[in-house]
Amino acid sequence: MSMMTKIDSSRDALSAPRRIIGEGPKILRAGFIPLVDASVLIAAVEFGFATKEGLTLDLVRDVSWANVRDRLAFRQFDIAHMLSPMPVASMLGLGSNPSPTITPFSLGRGGNAITLSLRLFERMREAAGLSETANALDNAEALAVVVRQMKERGEPLPTLGMTYPFSSHNYEFRYWLAAGGIDPDKDVKLVVVPPPLTSDALAAGAIDGFCVGAPWNMVASERGVGRIVAAKQDIWPSAPEKVIGMRPDWAESHPETVSRLLVALDAAARWCDRPENHDALAEVLADARYIAAPVDIIRHVLGGQFSLDARGNRRVIDRYFTFHEGFANYPRPSQALWIYSQMIRWGQARLTEEGLQAAASAYRPDLYRTALGKADMPEGGDIRVEGNVEGDRFMDGHVFDPSDIGDYVDRFAVRSRSGAGSNGDEV
Amino acid sequence: MPAPDLTILVIDENAIRASIIEEGLREAGHSKVTVIHEVNGVAKIIETLKPDVIVIDIENPNRDMMEHLFQLTRTVSRPIAMFVDRSDTASIEAAVEAGVSAYVVDGLKKERVKPILDMAVSRFNAFSRLQRELAEAKSALEERKVIERAKGILMKMKGLSEEEAFALLRQSAMNEKKKIAEIAQSVVTAAGLLM
Repeated sequence: MSMMTKIDSSRDALSAPRRIIGEGPKILRAGFIPLVDASVLIAAVEFGFATKEGLTLDLVRDVSWANVRDRLAFRQFDIAHMLSPMPVASMLGLGSNPSPTITPFSLGRGGNAITLSLRLFERMREAAGLSETANALDNAEALAVVVRQMKERGEPLPTLGMTYPFSSHNYEFRYWLAAGGIDPDKDVKLVVVPPPLTSDALAAGAIDGFCVGAPWNMVASERGVGRIVAAKQDIWPSAPEKVIGMRPDWAESHPETVSRLLVALDAAARWCDRPENHDALAEVLADARYIAAPVDIIRHVLGGQFSLDARGNRRVIDRYFTFHEGFANYPRPSQALWIYSQMIRWGQARLTEEGLQAAASAYRPDLYRTALGKADMPEGGDIRVEGNVEGDRFMDGHVFDPSDIGDYVDRFAVRSRSGAGSNGDEV
Repeated sequence: MPAPDLTILVIDENAIRASIIEEGLREAGHSKVTVIHEVNGVAKIIETLKPDVIVIDIENPNRDMMEHLFQLTRTVSRPIAMFVDRSDTASIEAAVEAGVSAYVVDGLKKERVKPILDMAVSRFNAFSRLQRELAEAKSALEERKVIERAKGILMKMKGLSEEEAFALLRQSAMNEKKKIAEIAQSVVTAAGLLM
């Protein structure tokens, strides 16, 4: 790691005179966290898509999202694999080191799931008579029954792990819990556990469940320590997952580099989507430099073949990972606004006019269109109603209308009612 | 009037490095220093200790857990910010490069915190240097061992004296433009295959 940090291509962003003769050497330092949803970035390097655009991507593996955020902010990285809410949080000034961050490219959809300990799941089955084919909502409601029991008996409430305060996992876990009638701030204890440690933490009983990205849910279920009770698709199929983050000033001073990068990532994303490439992709991802997990598990994850538990219960999720199809790479600002709505729902942010502007400005479809053209633009515009078409519903049936976020948040029965939450009268 | 002593928490899984930092802080006159090596139960420690400054190694994956903690404590009016002076990019880069990250209670005067971070950065760097030197010493020792074994093999197989065996290794290394240790390793490997 220390060797890599000595190459400082990012200084070019600071020296104005170089812009006249070009944008400096096309070496981009890119931070990533070892997860399957870094596939597009990794494939761009390993299968020649970056080289074809005259770019050298220097991938640097990191250990925490806080590091990725800080290293991007302090110019150690030019671009970074980030959680979709991170640019939104940064633009809203949330977190311990908010620094302007935008995304011109989404790395795809899917990949998350919620896993509970076998012990907790058994108890849900007994308490609520869950069938083997229970869906995500049935599971959440069954957990609510158990949580009520625990409260009545004065037992300790479940401790549940997620990845980061501004993560898809935090909002999806909360969404799922709340849809079942569980208050994530009062009825359970949410903690942060680094993804590679989740399976061990579950096995050791330090946590009773978690929501993280692939391959860690499957790692726990194959080990026989957990049961997968919901996938990201069950909660909201088009929920954004990871994105490519960059500093807006860097994007502005490197327009040509940004465009080449997006062309390379677009080609890599199309390649990653093709099932015939999944074996080659799985081999590379399994490598110690990247995810360092068993290649079989990664192959299953890419194919959406889920082991729900170690007893052989399986489920195949169509398009568990979507790297490109259905405009999966388009950074639609209404998605950023949905993330903002969840931040308001859970008391992380307040609803204000400035907040709306800031949140939407984190997602930059203009940069995407400049690089890839209008052909890659989804219908319905940049700000559209979400979750109102068949096949793309929220698990509780709510519809997100970005033109009235206050009303949208207020309609949730379970939400934070303290502190910075929605007051309804601010916009 | 001297400012009240700052409460400092050092979180480092590397016990040796942590003690180097702790020593530096005490030398600088800080007496309220707590060092922990694992993050289990860190939430409780932070709650009771109420540190003004937290120094944590950047390779610690539990930084994300701390972020969550601060997000929760934000509501009980204990905001914690990263780094002292956002405009001081040189010292920020030095810190990130050294592998130090820090959380500082908002509103603390930067003159009070900067020396602490500077000290942490220089001690982190000193520790990396120490580790590098140790690794180099180890590999030098390994090289010497391999050369000794290769010499022994050549002496036995070719009936050479010790000086002649070493001269042969050195001559081959010069001819091949390689290090003596590399030639010696080849000799050892080849001997392993042939014998």
